[in-house]
Amino acid sequence: MSAMTANAGGATEAGLEVSGITKVFPGTRALDAVDLHVQYGRAVALIGENGAGKSTLMNVLSGVHKADSGVMHLDGKVYKPAGPREAADAGVVLIHQELSLLPNLTVAENIFIGRQPQKRGLVDRTAMNSQAAVILERVGLNIAPDIEVERCSVPVQQLVEIAKALSQDPKILVFDEPTASLGQDEVDILYELVNRLKQHGVGIVWITHRLDEIRHVADEIVVLRDGVRVGGWEDSHVSTSQMVEAMVGRSIEDIYPDPSEPTGEIILELKSLSRDGAFENINFSLHRGEILVIAGLVGAGRSELVNAITGAAPATSGTIEIKGKAVSVKSPGDSVRFGMALIPEDRRTQGLAQSITLADNIGLPKRGLLKGIVDNRSLAREVATVKERVGLRGHLDQLAKTLSGGNQQKGVIAKWLLLEPEIIIFDEPTKGIDVGAKSAIYAIIHELATRGAAVIIVSSELPEVLGLANRIVVLSRGKQTGILERSEASENAVMALAVA
Amino acid sequence: MVDEETTQASSSSGAASRTADPKRVSTAPKTKKRLPTSTGPFVALIALCIVLTFMSPSFFSLTNMFNIGQQVAILAVIAIGGTAVIVLGGIDLSVGSILALAGAVVGYLHIMLGVNIWLAVLAAALLGAAAGVVNGLMIVYGRLPAFIATLAMMSIARGLALVILEGKPLSGYPDSFRNLAVYYVGGWLPSSLIIAVLLFLVAAAYFRWKPSGRALFAVGANYEVARLSGLPVSKLTVGVYATAGLLAGIGGILMTARLGSAQPTAGMGIELDVIAAVVIGGASLAGGYGSIAGTAVGVMIIGVLRNGLNLNNVSSFWQQVIIGIVIAAAVLVENIRQRREAKS
Repeated sequence: MSAMTANAGGATEAGLEVSGITKVFPGTRALDAVDLHVQYGRAVALIGENGAGKSTLMNVLSGVHKADSGVMHLDGKVYKPAGPREAADAGVVLIHQELSLLPNLTVAENIFIGRQPQKRGLVDRTAMNSQAAVILERVGLNIAPDIEVERCSVPVQQLVEIAKALSQDPKILVFDEPTASLGQDEVDILYELVNRLKQHGVGIVWITHRLDEIRHVADEIVVLRDGVRVGGWEDSHVSTSQMVEAMVGRSIEDIYPDPSEPTGEIILELKSLSRDGAFENINFSLHRGEILVIAGLVGAGRSELVNAITGAAPATSGTIEIKGKAVSVKSPGDSVRFGMALIPEDRRTQGLAQSITLADNIGLPKRGLLKGIVDNRSLAREVATVKERVGLRGHLDQLAKTLSGGNQQKGVIAKWLLLEPEIIIFDEPTKGIDVGAKSAIYAIIHELATRGAAVIIVSSELPEVLGLANRIVVLSRGKQTGILERSEASENAVMALAVA
Repeated sequence: MVDEETTQASSSSGAASRTADPKRVSTAPKTKKRLPTSTGPFVALIALCIVLTFMSPSFFSLTNMFNIGQQVAILAVIAIGGTAVIVLGGIDLSVGSILALAGAVVGYLHIMLGVNIWLAVLAAALLGAAAGVVNGLMIVYGRLPAFIATLAMMSIARGLALVILEGKPLSGYPDSFRNLAVYYVGGWLPSSLIIAVLLFLVAAAYFRWKPSGRALFAVGANYEVARLSGLPVSKLTVGVYATAGLLAGIGGILMTARLGSAQPTAGMGIELDVIAAVVIGGASLAGGYGSIAGTAVGVMIIGVLRNGLNLNNVSSFWQQVIIGIVIAAAVLVENIRQRREAKS
């Protein structure tokens, strides 16, 4: 397949041409008349915040979702796949963000799922394994093809996922956050692989949050915001702050509140805190009024760390000191008694009970601590007050599952505020929340710190990390690689420590 | 299109110095082969046999071994279907009732209507398969949870068996039919055992080599991923339940042949023995894991236990207690072994 180049502004027949795609889900317009042109031999980087529509667009390309309007053409012919299988047959292959491998089957079986080489109606295991070995080599993996996938580490699984895509000889290959679970070595292999694919005339779409990756692979950039294609560049040498501004729609300064001012009083101190298999030797202290952000790549052990601090999954060695006194936190109940609150990563399964009302959810922890007969009316008053305080839009007798992501998050924050915690920990507080709700949550966090709480935030979004933190603790592969003051923090500094 | 490239190409990219070695080695996981999940239970089976031999020397004789084989042959046949269902991530509570229904149909057609015995057998087997198809359709298109669909069929099939037999056993079968289950080839090899072993071998081959056999594991692990990968998940599901129904029907035919009469209460509770056998053998009720070999071990443990305890004159009430304990112990030991293996 020879690479074809587009004449500027003119439509060509080659490649994948997406025009005016709109996709509506109940309550939200995920994509609004989006255009995209993927040329053979070139890579388009698709960037945008969470919820901007990148994954939805990719699902439309691979046939998982049907667009409500708009049309797609592949090599000039109408392209309307019924599902990923048809998309792959046509030459469009998607490599998912969440691994879509079957853990109980072998690497080779996963690569050839649904299309195993057969001999007289029976699976030809030898052929399958040898063909798999060839493909694994292309992605730089030196593992036996007959190993069960669940025995492979996550980076290896990610590369198997890529091998699976390559084995289908794609014309257009879409990578959705491919480096999320990879170490730097594997990332470099991937860049090489992508450049080779481009040389062979494959068209690439590269979706990523890691803006610094873009100049290694992309030839052009497309920006999505709130389902709309808001712009892009014909070249990948664009500064990160320009990209962020396009993604977010306003200059970075407006979104984040001024940094809080920590006092000197140490509220929480971790000494050599470790949990076998998750993290080791974590040491830092937290001050009243401070916002401390724990940064690092996926899998670095950050959620495990905060789960240990709040007793959801206790540490195995080391000490936690609250206001100078060593404490034993072996269960979430302990952490509540010590004045801590954790706003968890997954608000739908760990934050709010979806099938009960907002009022019941917010009142839940406080109710658990009250003794004797509960005065429902006074509790109801407190619930209403705190709901206003966080700016929650919704009725108190609405079921939690009917609330938007942003409002659910406010609900989780509200329920802990009723207990007036001194240490509040947020695990990915704005994951999957739109820009408007994000800045509201940042404002709440800022207010909490100013009123004297000590705040820890776990975040994977670098702009958020840099915008909120007084100090940044960086974790890499379970180890603490450094602590940065706000003044010395930058994307590069954080990333360097995150991949160390 | 991407074609095969030589490793030369990768080293010429010159990006990072790491690429000096063209064949990049990425983190290789332990390649030590894991023991099959039926290992623990197999060891338990051996241990059990040893203990029982000490307690009653007549246990470990060839005659008794074949005795056990014959006693569990019917359970074994049905457990094949149970394995497929559980690997798929489903469950089938109706197999005991389908067994009874098939037996009832053979009896009714042959004894009450005078139909040729072998035609009656064929009809009964097909009816078993049909019941299984109904199960599958309820689950796939009715979107009933497998538990509920097969629970309903359990009641329906048992009810139909009672209706057909008018609540009474039906006897009077030709020797040729009865020989399916009571004949001893060469005087020592039970025919029902031969049938069970043959079916086991076919099933094992199917699981290992047929694409649709492997597909069951995929569907059991993650239905949605399997579906999006293009596997015919609906067809597979209906097919698996149909097979389970067919095998339950065959079990019913064998049971009628063995007892010489079609009993309305035949097979009551056998579905739980099936689940026990399959799980002891290393299957996960969540789906995606399991093996025919494992089920064979599970079936044998149950058979050995019952037989051995009988030989020692243990009351059948205590037998139930002991069997329950052994089931839990076998799975517990295997879990511990797997956790230790994973840590190493």
